[in-house]
Amino acid sequence: MTSHPETVANLDHATKHYGKFVALRDVSLDVLRGEVLSLLGPNGAGKTTSVKLMLGLSSPTTGKATLFGGDPRKAANRRRVGAMLQVGKVPETLKVREHIDQFRGYYPSPLPVDDVLELGGLEGIEDKKFGELSGGQRQRVLFALALCGDPELLFLDEPTLGFDVEVRRAFWKQIRAYVSRGRTVLLTTHYLEEADALADRIVVIDKGSIVADGTPDEIKGRVSGRRVRCVTRIAENEIKAMPGVTGVVIEGDRMEIMTSVAEPLVRQLLARDASLSGLEVTSVGLEDAFLSLIDKEHAA
Amino acid sequence: MTAALGAIGPRSAAAPKEHSSSSLIRIYLVEAKYELYKLLRLPAFVIPSLGFPMMFYALFGLLLPTKGAGVDIAKYLMATYGAFGVIGIALFSLGVGVASERGQGWLAVKRASPMPVSAYFFGKFAMALCFSGLLVVLLCLMGAIFGHVRMPASQWLMLGLVEMLGGIPFCAAGIAVAYLVGPNSAPAIVNAFYLPSAFLSGLFIPAEMLPSFLRGFAQFLPPYHLARLALTAIGIEPMSKLPIHIGALALFAVLFTTLAVIAFRRDEGKTYG
Repeated sequence: MTSHPETVANLDHATKHYGKFVALRDVSLDVLRGEVLSLLGPNGAGKTTSVKLMLGLSSPTTGKATLFGGDPRKAANRRRVGAMLQVGKVPETLKVREHIDQFRGYYPSPLPVDDVLELGGLEGIEDKKFGELSGGQRQRVLFALALCGDPELLFLDEPTLGFDVEVRRAFWKQIRAYVSRGRTVLLTTHYLEEADALADRIVVIDKGSIVADGTPDEIKGRVSGRRVRCVTRIAENEIKAMPGVTGVVIEGDRMEIMTSVAEPLVRQLLARDASLSGLEVTSVGLEDAFLSLIDKEHAA
Repeated sequence: MTAALGAIGPRSAAAPKEHSSSSLIRIYLVEAKYELYKLLRLPAFVIPSLGFPMMFYALFGLLLPTKGAGVDIAKYLMATYGAFGVIGIALFSLGVGVASERGQGWLAVKRASPMPVSAYFFGKFAMALCFSGLLVVLLCLMGAIFGHVRMPASQWLMLGLVEMLGGIPFCAAGIAVAYLVGPNSAPAIVNAFYLPSAFLSGLFIPAEMLPSFLRGFAQFLPPYHLARLALTAIGIEPMSKLPIHIGALALFAVLFTTLAVIAFRRDEGKTYG
């Protein structure tokens, strides 16, 4: 038994209906102690619903959700987690320090205020009212509030949604600083880059079902591929029959060929068409890979 | 398997208590404190909840002729604008306030923490009581200083007590509205009830001055009975009608509380927050 890492949060065949809409379909998921697990998927995939079930903010229609092996709604279990959720509006007339003080008040042994301010990167703005903060600063306050109880398990629901790249990367540093304390994190995101940058394990979810589960390298490996671009006289049908080709797109006089392996394809192309020009081979971007993974699962 | 059972089975004996009483009190106080801070700094709340009743009282109770229908208008309206203000504070802080925090996801953030939801409502309730007390004191000062209202100390105290406690049924009504309708429609629904019923209940101008068919209608409105209780406290309404007003207000309190509990329970496990 000891060889198995402890499950700190779990969904057991959880299904969630909102009226006729099925947000989650028979999902089973274990969050293991010490891991940074990313739940990756497009909007409406069921990421937030999964988080809400594990936090006890919503009950599964069928199936179960547990937190530390028990009822997520129990205060004893909630003291051990922190949650950064998507919020439309936070009280704007309270100062950063006051928000933190209020949340620290919910826990019997909270983190010291200075630690919370440091982990959230809020030094210097602690006496500003929430309404005076920038978008990035607001998000950091929500992050800090999730840390007030020094949680063993941290839920981050789309923490960098709508941020530009720099703010996002700065925020990743903050998350990593927390992770380095050996804590467990469940991160939802629709950026594969974010999941890749932070997570030990990625679970891809789409339309309420899990479509892939593995390390970031495994997930990327499943969809790794090359994109070959060139100007050629070879017919589209003929190219489609070449080794490893998964798709062909014609862009004006250029042809874009998706393939699992580039070298044999390029050799054949050059052998068939001596006048071929503008040859270009690139690896498929992470976001494309992610999209193709989802498409593939639905086509299957 | 034990984990799964733990999620649905009764709380095991080994599990720690939900909250020790000292930590529960601390959480309640923290909620109340910051609820008060939050709203004291919000002109959009302070001005309508304190400013409007005081302004209306100054206009209709103090500046206009103070004799009408055989009653001391300054004294009469001091009580009814108190009721008007207390009801408004209850409906807006609990109704509109909770509806907005629930609809915007802020309540869900708080509920994901170990904060018991009772502490959240306690905070709102304590804040409504503080604002109500403050408003009643301000109106009484205006009445005593500018309206030359003179009463025995016991009547001042009774008036304050009746108006503060009389806000409770309206706090329940606020919670019911917050959980029955969305954040966008809550203000409209509250206003649609608040202003007409305040007028018909004789909170703006003495009910005795309203046409008789409107007075008959007022019997069915909770603000009417709160106003009559406040008037009883200061000796304007006869004591003989006290049981009617207390009974009516208690009935509304039970009705609103039931509605609030049903609406809250319906929401639990669905959207929750």
